[in-house]
Amino acid sequence: MNKYNLNNSYKAVVIGGSAGSFQGIVKILSQLPKNFPLPIIMCLHRLKHVRNGFVEALSIKSVVQVSEPYDKEPIKKGAVYLAPSNYHLSVELGNYFALSTEEMINNSRPAIDITLGTAAYVYRDKLIGILLSGANRDGGLGMKYIKDKGGLTLVQEPSECMIDTMPKAALSLTQIDHVMKVDQIVDFLKELDRHYK
Amino acid sequence: MVQDIDIADLKRITELIQKKHGYDFRNYAMSSFKRRMLRILELKSMSVEALIKKLTEQPTFIDEFLDELTVNVTEMFRDPSFWRILRDEILPGIQLNHKEFKIWHAGCSSGEEVFSMAILLKEMGILDQVTTIATDLDVNILEKAKTGSYPIKNMELNEKNYIRYEGKKSLKEYYKEENGKAIFDKELVKNVSFRKHDLVTGEIFNKFDLILCRNVMIYFNQALQNDVLKKFHESLFKYGYLAIGSKESLIWCDIASKFIVVNNEEKVYKKIKD
Repeated sequence: MNKYNLNNSYKAVVIGGSAGSFQGIVKILSQLPKNFPLPIIMCLHRLKHVRNGFVEALSIKSVVQVSEPYDKEPIKKGAVYLAPSNYHLSVELGNYFALSTEEMINNSRPAIDITLGTAAYVYRDKLIGILLSGANRDGGLGMKYIKDKGGLTLVQEPSECMIDTMPKAALSLTQIDHVMKVDQIVDFLKELDRHYK
Repeated sequence: MVQDIDIADLKRITELIQKKHGYDFRNYAMSSFKRRMLRILELKSMSVEALIKKLTEQPTFIDEFLDELTVNVTEMFRDPSFWRILRDEILPGIQLNHKEFKIWHAGCSSGEEVFSMAILLKEMGILDQVTTIATDLDVNILEKAKTGSYPIKNMELNEKNYIRYEGKKSLKEYYKEENGKAIFDKELVKNVSFRKHDLVTGEIFNKFDLILCRNVMIYFNQALQNDVLKKFHESLFKYGYLAIGSKESLIWCDIASKFIVVNNEEKVYKKIKD
């Protein structure tokens, strides 16, 4: 049963995605084990001027209600967070979120590189980063930061992606630990969950 | 975010700026502050040591430094639904008690919100009844705010926001195009006083009916947010309003009990206790 050689030392899971990632995210959230032990922090590219609707759409099938964190909101185990529209989402030392309206990166705000990079800085080798389908390179560097700090990195198998630019960017920038289909990511998270119970 | 910078180096820089120039960045939120510092080092192609040297030896460099350090990304009518609430609920509420009132834009940056507010007030027919103070610690950006000129490429987004705000006209009626810039009518801001003021170290200087400070305190840590909110509380008349960004909250702040939430979606608060 222990395909991925996991343990119970991880503190958080971060997920990045863009064009073509919605179905994958919904699948992951809908099959998440009950009382999943870690916070899941998602940064997904989204329409800048549409503040409402996305978090609700993700919550419909999700096992856990998805929320968009407020600035300085403490990060809780088992909660699922989504970067709000038109803000960058950072993780701060002390385990809370910070928002910012800095310049767009790769034409994106929220930028996946920021969420993944700051999470890597705070959680170091206790972080799991997952990058899904997407049409630009945002997230590639973020995955490199996670890998450089000793975290565990997963990308969606490019052949399964609607648009594979994003996972391929990560694969070209660093040694990714696992290339997986969404179904395997679901299994991976289930196996991870068992280590905490 | 290509390179990294040590917390020890960040401390050296903030302490130097504090001693030499009187600005206190020690309680800024770490993640964004670090990114700003890295950005400056990259923009200026400088090492930490070179930056420290320049800050020490060239007193005038501080203004340029602050201009890059502070985040000056903003929009006109950002969150159109917020501006509608202001127009339809908050300002009419203030006017029930007094026709003339005072607004403070705290951390006004390049002035997009100041001009948005002026257009809103003008369309309500009450522009002349309002005295406005707009402050920022960055003198370069204040100068820019005074000119009310913005790159034409930004106007598409501003125009879209204005349409969603459901303004009475077209935004185009408030500016003219010159050399790739949209230059807004100065009449809009004739009752606005633009002043240098640092929220962190500055004194309380006036009392207001409405304070707008949206997406400014997100660059502060929790302790500094508490301090600044105390200043806002003191700077508001009883039953005055405070507007913060849609993803900011007073929940974790000491002073929350002295305010009530007037609109939770748009994060408008009302001072109910002295």
